[in-house]
Amino acid sequence: MLSRVADSLYWMSRYLERAENTVRQLDVTMGLMLDTGGASESERWRRLVASLGKPAGMEWNGSVELMAHKLVFDSLNHAAITFCVNGARENARQVREEISSEQWQRLNRLYHQIHSPQAEAQFTSSINDMLSSIIDGIHLFKGVTNSTMIHGQGWQFIRLGRYIERAYATATLLEVYQPDLFHPQEREHEGYQYIELVGLLRCCTSFEAYCQVYTADVSAARILEFLLLNRDFPHAIRHCVDSMREAIDSIQSSGGRRTPAELISGIGRLHAMLDFTTIDEILHGDTSAFLHNIREQCLRIHELIYRYYVNYSIQSALAS
Amino acid sequence: MSRLVKIENRVLAAPAHEPECPAALNLRQGKLQALMSAAHPLLLDTLFGEYPLDQAFDEMRSAEGEVRPQYRALAETLAGLPPEELQRRKQSADLSFLTQGITFTVYGRDEGTERIFPYDLLPRLITAAEWERIERGLTQRITALNLFLRDVYSEAKILRDRVVPRELVYSCKHYRRQMQGLQVPRNVYVAVVGSDLLRLNTGEFVVLEDNLRVPSGVSYMLTNRRVMKRTFPQLFSSYGVRPIEHYPQLLLATLRSLAPEGRPEPNIVLLTPGVFNSAYFEHTYLARQMGIDLVEGRDLVTHDNIVYMRTTDGLKRVDVIYRRVDDDFSDPLVFRADSSLGCAGLFNAYRAGNVTVTNAFGTGLADDKAVYAYVPKMIKYYLDEDPILNNVETYLLGEPGERQHVLANLDKLVVKAVGESGGYGMLIGPHSTAQQREEFARAIEANPRNYIAQPTLDFSRAPCLVEDHLEPRHVDLRPYILYGDKINIVPGGLTRVALQKGSLVVNSSQGGGSKDTWVLE
Repeated sequence: MLSRVADSLYWMSRYLERAENTVRQLDVTMGLMLDTGGASESERWRRLVASLGKPAGMEWNGSVELMAHKLVFDSLNHAAITFCVNGARENARQVREEISSEQWQRLNRLYHQIHSPQAEAQFTSSINDMLSSIIDGIHLFKGVTNSTMIHGQGWQFIRLGRYIERAYATATLLEVYQPDLFHPQEREHEGYQYIELVGLLRCCTSFEAYCQVYTADVSAARILEFLLLNRDFPHAIRHCVDSMREAIDSIQSSGGRRTPAELISGIGRLHAMLDFTTIDEILHGDTSAFLHNIREQCLRIHELIYRYYVNYSIQSALAS
Repeated sequence: MSRLVKIENRVLAAPAHEPECPAALNLRQGKLQALMSAAHPLLLDTLFGEYPLDQAFDEMRSAEGEVRPQYRALAETLAGLPPEELQRRKQSADLSFLTQGITFTVYGRDEGTERIFPYDLLPRLITAAEWERIERGLTQRITALNLFLRDVYSEAKILRDRVVPRELVYSCKHYRRQMQGLQVPRNVYVAVVGSDLLRLNTGEFVVLEDNLRVPSGVSYMLTNRRVMKRTFPQLFSSYGVRPIEHYPQLLLATLRSLAPEGRPEPNIVLLTPGVFNSAYFEHTYLARQMGIDLVEGRDLVTHDNIVYMRTTDGLKRVDVIYRRVDDDFSDPLVFRADSSLGCAGLFNAYRAGNVTVTNAFGTGLADDKAVYAYVPKMIKYYLDEDPILNNVETYLLGEPGERQHVLANLDKLVVKAVGESGGYGMLIGPHSTAQQREEFARAIEANPRNYIAQPTLDFSRAPCLVEDHLEPRHVDLRPYILYGDKINIVPGGLTRVALQKGSLVVNSSQGGGSKDTWVLE
């Protein structure tokens, strides 16, 4: 597969995953703001922005509507939904011959939905409806991606993009929220803590899945265990890393002229770290540093993907 | 934008049951004569409410207003459909174009750069006999043009024998001295050609121009057909239309036949200028239909005169390039140095015979509008045959006598810049202002070689659906000729329509549209 095409598919997928993450976190945060007993609005917004990677220009200005509007419609801010959907579509447009017509149509429709004159009206009348219809659009795209595209190299690059973005975003989210999780502020009523914890799970669309594994007995330690180490839940970091590894293996077995030794060992290291660590070890050690380490390793893996598949030097390629 | 959303919300439906059309069924059984007498004058009258007939040849009706035999079944079907049903089918076809993303890019606009290619719902019909002549004529013409290119870039006999003036060739801006003495695979310079034909009021098809560089539009031919089959399924099947769907396969076979020696499993790619090119849709479409990689210049690298593409599995050798990038932009080392669309070193690899690039460089020489005037002589010179398809009468403004005649008659003639295409750089005398004519007169005096003139042709018109009735619009025909180990022409081509009433310009960049073209068995 052409390097440029792989690059476009990878980024198309990353941008859509990012859009989905922003939508969900914004939705959950706005929901939590309704319960006035918990953290203040500005505090919640600060956490939201931090877990989106601290994009510039998103500092709290006192109005939820204005802030949410920015996060939905800004076309220059790399965490904003419009920016991400534009980016995904632009990448898809450059590889029209590689993706199915169904994929293109779904993505195009999502793009036009956000850019239509009615989008503003929908935002004003019901932001919740708008956010859930965007999520629907993204889910439809993922569905047709799985059902209409050959599960070959291109599809694996899409998968790679999705899971690296998700692993990174989930690690960032947990890193931002974990101090508050383990050192909750003293409150008059105990219900608030529960709402906070469920909110965190909902940011990763994982409340119901959590309940199936642990029942509704929600605790910070178990949430952390679930979102970090669960093997079967698609938003858990360990699952993401497993999927990244599978994607790389599959890309390798379909081409295989060159072995990306460093990439395989880099992803293996992250995989082993999650495979051989227990939640107790993580909680007794420096949890924050552990989460930070995951992010660093994701960045490194991204660089190696580029070095092996996209940006390699001609000399090295001719030599092999 | 809102249009997209609104239309996409509708249910995509196949056309409802088409009413039985005895005319169509009978046509197949050869009962044409019986049909012609069994007319439905009333219904046809409503359909032809505002349908003027004059000097120009009408594809559907004779000068007396009779529907031509081959159009009979179409007219009957239309007359049998309620107006709202016709509208519904039009909308269903619209939707089909939209969702397939069949668009072209309009230059010079920041937003909404992708537009749907306009089309007309009614097919243009060509009888078997008409097509047989066109096919023979084009085969003859392309053979001669290819021999001309080979000759000019090797021994130049035709120039020595003074059949074509030497200065005309060497002053052509598409002449490429780099091609001199270069051997091309199978001696094929033009693997993909689109020639534009017009039909005169005598009913005769003539060649208006040849496109020997990067002819486009074939994707519209293919998608038109797909949509038409869904819009008029029974009419289509009753007519017995020759298929065109195998074009991508023929193109692939053509490209494969031109691969360098010793490359039995050639890696064939389509080179596109990228997403901002007006024909980008077509490039992606053809690449997908052929199952080959769509590459941009930045995907290619050369080393030791071998072209490679960058893949996720390292560099992969490229054997055949179907080039949709103009000569000028193809290789910054040889042609325009400021181009980033091509691949540095491509021409040297080509010269070394390690990669086939098609069409070859410098083929624009033979579609120069002044060189065009000599094509009949080329056919005589190389093949010793008379042209089967004639040229349009053309005045060469480099000749003082012809120039004076043209300058005196600018208001009656069409003047064209020789190296332009797409309807740019053109003066249509009868539709021009005095100021425009003055500007052209000055430009002609300054550089006579750069212009030609032709009579303003009243070329043929075909019925188009305008709201609920038919109106005639001018049409041309662009068949696509493939030249590899042999010459292949899929029956039909792209019929381009000047959608504006009275307009003579069919180019998509200038408000033209298209029609499906049915060559009958």
